[in-house]
Amino acid sequence: MKWLNYRFVIFVLVFIAGVALSVPSLLNLSFGPKITLGLDLQGGLHMLLGVDTKKAVASKIKSIAAAIKYYAEDNDILMDELRVNDNGISFKLLDSDDAPKIEEFLQQQKGLVVKKDGLKYTIALTPQEVKSIKEYAIKQAVDTIRNRLDQFGLAEPTVAKQGKDKILVELPGIKTPEQEQRVRKLIAKAAHLQLMAVDEARQARADQMSPEEAAEYGDIILKDRNGRKYLVKEIPILDGSMITDARVAFDQNNQPVIDFTLNSQGAKIFADFTAKNVGKRLAIVLDNVVYSAPVIRERIGGGSGQISGGFSVQEAHDVAIALRSGALLAPVYMEEKRSIGPSLGADSVRASMIALMSGFVLVVLFMILYYGIAGVIADIALIANLFLIIGIMALFGATLTLPGMAGIVLTVGMAVDANVIINERIRELLRSGVSVRKAIEQGYKNAMSAILDANITTLIAAIVLYAYGTGPIKGFAITMSIGILASMLTAIVGTHGIYEALMDKIERSKNYNLWFGIKV
Amino acid sequence: MEFFKADKIYDFMGKAKYFMAVSALLVIGSWALLFIKGLNFGIDFAGGTIVQVRYDKPVEISKIRQVLKKSAIFKDASVTYFGSDNEIVIRLKTSTKNLKQDIGDLARKALAGTGNYEIRRVDMVGPKVGGELREKGLMATVIAILAILIYVSIRFEWRFALASVLALVHDVSIAMGAISLFSIPVNLDILAAILTLLGYSLNDTIIVFDRIREGIIESTKLRSLNEVINEAVTKTLSRTVLTSLTTFFVVLTLYLFGGEIIRGFSFTLLIGIIVGTYSSIFIASPLLTILGFDLEKYRKKLAEKRKRQQEKEKMRAMYEQGMV
Repeated sequence: MKWLNYRFVIFVLVFIAGVALSVPSLLNLSFGPKITLGLDLQGGLHMLLGVDTKKAVASKIKSIAAAIKYYAEDNDILMDELRVNDNGISFKLLDSDDAPKIEEFLQQQKGLVVKKDGLKYTIALTPQEVKSIKEYAIKQAVDTIRNRLDQFGLAEPTVAKQGKDKILVELPGIKTPEQEQRVRKLIAKAAHLQLMAVDEARQARADQMSPEEAAEYGDIILKDRNGRKYLVKEIPILDGSMITDARVAFDQNNQPVIDFTLNSQGAKIFADFTAKNVGKRLAIVLDNVVYSAPVIRERIGGGSGQISGGFSVQEAHDVAIALRSGALLAPVYMEEKRSIGPSLGADSVRASMIALMSGFVLVVLFMILYYGIAGVIADIALIANLFLIIGIMALFGATLTLPGMAGIVLTVGMAVDANVIINERIRELLRSGVSVRKAIEQGYKNAMSAILDANITTLIAAIVLYAYGTGPIKGFAITMSIGILASMLTAIVGTHGIYEALMDKIERSKNYNLWFGIKV
Repeated sequence: MEFFKADKIYDFMGKAKYFMAVSALLVIGSWALLFIKGLNFGIDFAGGTIVQVRYDKPVEISKIRQVLKKSAIFKDASVTYFGSDNEIVIRLKTSTKNLKQDIGDLARKALAGTGNYEIRRVDMVGPKVGGELREKGLMATVIAILAILIYVSIRFEWRFALASVLALVHDVSIAMGAISLFSIPVNLDILAAILTLLGYSLNDTIIVFDRIREGIIESTKLRSLNEVINEAVTKTLSRTVLTSLTTFFVVLTLYLFGGEIIRGFSFTLLIGIIVGTYSSIFIASPLLTILGFDLEKYRKKLAEKRKRQQEKEKMRAMYEQGMV
């Protein structure tokens, strides 16, 4: 029972496993483990986004200022010159009796450094707080972008933090440039909703006022979509972080509008403000553009509002998604973008398949020509090797990229190396007059250290490539490593098993030209 | 079938100085090219934008250039054919950070009216990412070489390690020289090719070195290092040539049929395989003698190692038989 040697059994099992695991990928079956094609092979959008974390710190400072202002008004604390800049907040108390109250409030806020000079307070954030805000901004951006893309209805979007401060977005489903642009806009949308009080006392002069002069009153100038200027209080009444829901609706003229709902804290602030400011205007500001500025007719309880202002239906839909999934605390920008059209991906697959097949055929024929049946055995190992690479990649859900394809093609050329080394050793021993049985045993033994050393050094290069590479390069390193390991298994164990199984036949035939391609 | 006569030992060492001279010329020439002409860094490392556009029929590049001249962004863009005269590539040194409207969108607008086209690829790399990739690429190469140096030192001897790394430097230098000579844009895939070449060329060298080590142990007659090397290189010659040929075939088909996108990668590998094969036959082993490799000392070291191993086995055998 020569066929039942352990090497041959292992090889057959490995071969069967390789075929079984690669069939779902090769025949594109609906079940079983499958290789995912990289974006460069199936088309899609790959983006590396940067996060402008400084802006997140600035907006945190603004929202602390809003909280201070609301607290002061709520508790009848009189303050003046409440100012906000990128580094902190300053204000002046009018009544020193209020100092303990406001100081107690400030103490409750975490991460603040409060300096006091008479009745003038300057507030800054601690360095740890700044750091944690920045970290949170990135995490929040990842979550927000993921949320938005999920709701957009794309197949398998990937959104992940990459490195210290970057976000990797991969969208295989993107087919057209128009679709891509819409997705990019959706991702970029700050969706920063603010409800701001119009400075009615000075609004009449809005057109003539400079931004510097506005700042003196604690105001900023914003425009609406038609270019009309509004003078609004810089510190908003509330912002989008208090939104719980946003949906597209239609007004009486059948124009799309966005209905939003506030959480309980937001609803209370909104109700209090509207009660105190009946007859004044409230600007609804989205991403620093005034969408509408209705006059407050009465106290608005219930915590819901509406943004109107000439949206298209698609636009309203995207804005609602953006509002629902939350504002970006910090704006994102593009660091790297690769968009591959589906036709280019298909072309790449076709071209590399042609290269793979023709390279494969050349190597197979050449090995048979040079080594005879030993070449056929090496070719069987090579075929097993190819199935094994595909099967293992499918098993681990690895991504096949274009350089990965090149890696497989390259493996075809290099995989026969171990068998070439072994066959050369066997030939050498046969020439020196050793019996076939001994030549084969000894050949494998002698070849082993060279095969191991050579493959391990290549593996080292592949591992380094994986550790330092990005995207497609990683794919190349993976296929290379799997290819090296698989070829060692099939070429060392597999072919040895086949020789053992055929040993009697080889010994009987004595035709070394047929078996090993040499005349002795 | 056989390539080489089985009973003949070729005298490689006798002609080593000629090959060393040729290699020295090639390496110096490559370095000169790298210093004078430099590398043409592609967008992966230098940052910038590539827009690949395919038309439904052949286009005239001069016409496209004229159209693009009108737009401020594409004024300095370079336009070349890509694979066929239906397909063009627009290269820009700039990139945009703007998510809402990027260069791909602008290119679509700028090309309006030039015919029926499809934008197949827009690659944009910001300067910061490009710098990081360049740093990482350099790191990867250095770490790979260091790791190999350590591994070979442990498995062989430090002179073997140094000789193989010098052979690597030789191969990589010449491949880079070729990349510079033909102005191939250096992108991530070229880095991958260089690192593959590193592994491949080393593979070849190690197999020859393994034979030299074996020759040192096996030969009981006192022979010179040159004889040992000649024998080892000759005995591995069939294997070296055969594996190089199969790999060369495959990479050649990749170069011919792999499409324009993979051309830089496969070109680098083609050069690399030729140079790597040459260096492992003619350059790596003579380097051993130049580095002052001492046959006798190494033989003693190996003999001692072997003795220790035999003693260990003896001890184990005794232990297993319960004699200790």
